[in-house]
Amino acid sequence: MIAARGLAKRYGDRRVFAGLDVDLDGGGFLLVTGPNGSGKTTLLRVLAGLAAPTAGELRLPDRRTIGYLGHEPLVYRELTPLENLGLFARLYRIPDRGEHVGMLLERFGLWEVRHERVGTFSRGMQQRLGLCRVLLHEPGLLLLDEPYNALDVHGAELLDAVLDERRATVVATHDPQRVEARATQRLAFA
Amino acid sequence: MTYLSDVGALLRKDLLLELRAKETLPAMLLFVISALAVFHFALPKGTSDTAARGLLWSAIVFTALLGLTRAFVAEREQGMFDALVLAPCDRSALWLAKALAVLAFLVAAEVVALPAFAAFFAGVDGRTVAAVALADVGIAAVGTLFGAMAVAGRARELLLPLLFLPTAIPVVVGGVGGYLWFLALYDAIFALLSWAAFEYVVVET
Repeated sequence: MIAARGLAKRYGDRRVFAGLDVDLDGGGFLLVTGPNGSGKTTLLRVLAGLAAPTAGELRLPDRRTIGYLGHEPLVYRELTPLENLGLFARLYRIPDRGEHVGMLLERFGLWEVRHERVGTFSRGMQQRLGLCRVLLHEPGLLLLDEPYNALDVHGAELLDAVLDERRATVVATHDPQRVEARATQRLAFA
Repeated sequence: MTYLSDVGALLRKDLLLELRAKETLPAMLLFVISALAVFHFALPKGTSDTAARGLLWSAIVFTALLGLTRAFVAEREQGMFDALVLAPCDRSALWLAKALAVLAFLVAAEVVALPAFAAFFAGVDGRTVAAVALADVGIAAVGTLFGAMAVAGRARELLLPLLFLPTAIPVVVGGVGGYLWFLALYDAIFALLSWAAFEYVVVET
């Protein structure tokens, strides 16, 4: 899934990370920990192909197999859940869009509010919708940045169930307790 | 067909966002009418039609700039560029859809601005309407590219005018002079460049 050798990223004179090696296959779980501003998000963006590394070799899967959840849930607040997922389902060319989107909204407890604007949702509901968007195209690789942020107990259990599906996963978090046991590899930023 | 379907879906999204938020078009309309009213009272009586036409083009360029500063607000504030860039569609489809949305807002503003110009200054002939239509295409094409570049930068409010206004000078020259062939050439060159360059603008280096 991911093969990186000597990966480095700089912003001007500031070194974010250097000399990173990452090998992640299907079913692997890489836990990236560290305090705020230590480079976790930057690493995830590089692994998603959203930012180019400054140095090193990086082999990534096709971007249609990547499911990326950033700090924000990455959904339009002025649109409804149906409109948000409908847009991405179209861009990802998902067959039976309506049925697939409906199933995801049911699974994440958002079916009842499918016609309401996302901007009226709590942060936790937006995070659930963000997870729906991530899973919409059934990606083989999940890149999740602080995924438990804002989720209530039920929302966190839903995310646990997603992680149980054993896709190749990279989770960046400053609070690793919830996912510590799943990790097959660990990377700690200082 | 898939490419056009992607453009259609993204364009529909942009129009829906504006329909719900009503942040861009009302501001553009208010700005262009206010600018023409200010010019009307600032210009001495008996000013030539050429001078008045120059002011029309100034109003159009600055109205477009106002629309362009709002074009990527949702993508910037909600981090949506990341989600869109990761989608498997051709990245130039993102540019084309946004440029078409900007073009639609600009045309809508001009539907009001041109009659207002005729009321304040002088009648608008067919050549001017054609020049405005051609100019809109070039402004939307190059302005959308620069809008996306500015979103990635820190001083985005400063960066967009600095990038856009120099490239709008040929539009004003062609528009005031009524050089339709020049505006069409500008459209073709900048639309092609923007279409090809957008891919490199949206991925962080």
